Amino acid sequence: MDFDLMITSFPKLLNATLITLKLLSLSLFFGLFIGLLFAILRLNKNPIINKFAYGYSYVFRGTPLLVQIFIIYFGLGQLEFIRSSILWIILKEPYWCAIIAFALNTGAYTSEILRSAFQTIKPGFIEAGKSLGISNKIIFYKIQIPIAIRQSLPAYGNEIILMLKGTSLASTVTLMDLTGVAKYIISTTFKPIEVFIVAGGIYLFMTFLIHNLIKFLEKKYSYLQ
Amino acid sequence: MELLAFGKTGWGDELFVATLMTVAVSLTAMIIGFLFALIFTPLKLSKNKFLNLIGNFYTTVIRGVPELLVIYLFFFGGSGAIMFVASMFGYNEYIEINAFLTGSFAIGIISGAYSTEVFRGAIQSIDKGQFEASKVLGLKKPAHFFKVIMPQMLRLALPNLSNVWQITLKDTSLISVTGLVEIMRQSYIAAGSTRDPLFFYSFAALLYLLLTFLSMKLINKLELKYSRGF
Repeated sequence: MDFDLMITSFPKLLNATLITLKLLSLSLFFGLFIGLLFAILRLNKNPIINKFAYGYSYVFRGTPLLVQIFIIYFGLGQLEFIRSSILWIILKEPYWCAIIAFALNTGAYTSEILRSAFQTIKPGFIEAGKSLGISNKIIFYKIQIPIAIRQSLPAYGNEIILMLKGTSLASTVTLMDLTGVAKYIISTTFKPIEVFIVAGGIYLFMTFLIHNLIKFLEKKYSYLQ
Repeated sequence: MELLAFGKTGWGDELFVATLMTVAVSLTAMIIGFLFALIFTPLKLSKNKFLNLIGNFYTTVIRGVPELLVIYLFFFGGSGAIMFVASMFGYNEYIEINAFLTGSFAIGIISGAYSTEVFRGAIQSIDKGQFEASKVLGLKKPAHFFKVIMPQMLRLALPNLSNVWQITLKDTSLISVTGLVEIMRQSYIAAGSTRDPLFFYSFAALLYLLLTFLSMKLINKLELKYSRGF
């Protein structure tokens, strides 16, 4: 056991954790909007819109995240019209490619979580709102969304943890996130176990924090029970 | 379409073999995962606090650490560990272990952590009366497990095991970083030599979709079979 290596690599890995956290928070932020949009589309009665939303979540949940990143990072740059458009400013950066891929991926899972949350809301709540003469819009924003958020908290917590692990794939498109730096240190020192313990420990600590945060939120918003 | 031709001119046959490789790695990993689950599920259900701790340690660490990091640990650490053991027997040459075995083992450990959780949940949701009834009937331990608990556990576990299978199948794309030629690696090679990454990565995505679609069909049939009478 090389304790010196563990101590010297700790600040480097901690520094890389910042990139991991940035990737995570940005992709979760965009992913939540994508997820909410597609969840609403899924509940639409028009079969075309409905099928489209289903197809989106099916494709993104049925393929590995690695393929999705590679298509966006390596694949889209191949198209001439993308390279000559303003989109290229964003798509030439591996950082934004990774965030786009993560956001689309987590958006697909989030849409499923939110859809099932919307569907499990007791009809009585909506009927109660209607009989009080509240407009459909306000029923949606003030009754359905808050209940759906509470219902989907446990599943969404799992999704955040999955996404935290997913950000490690950013290292495959040259980003130096926590896993990227860990791999770099492993391949230069050939001490995989020591680095794994430190990097894995940092990941576990973050998982632990997320887990407890979600638990706290669940308790705080358990007014329904 | 020319790019996908079989034979020397296209990548069709290479991608076909790569798809079989992905299926082979996934199946091997799933089986290794079951073996791990077989060890760790009893530990997690055990009343002994120490054994319990070991079981929880395994599932928490593996499920909380990125798959890629676990793969790097095995990829860089695997041959080192074997060389260390070999050096104790006086063999000091460089040993490179098989990418297939390292990859399957790494994915298998990850898959095992998920399977363990699934089995634990399934056993815990079996009606307590079933345990008591088989005790009252004086069944021996093997008969108790194989004839009473396991058939019920499988029925309860199958829907969640199909999720584990999907996760495992998708995780195998990550061992392409170790150089094992499965779908991802083959697409990477093809994309590099034809300079057409968009086509090959999209085709890879299609192959994964096909695999997940077909396996879902198969698992649904199994589920029907095991839920007879419910």
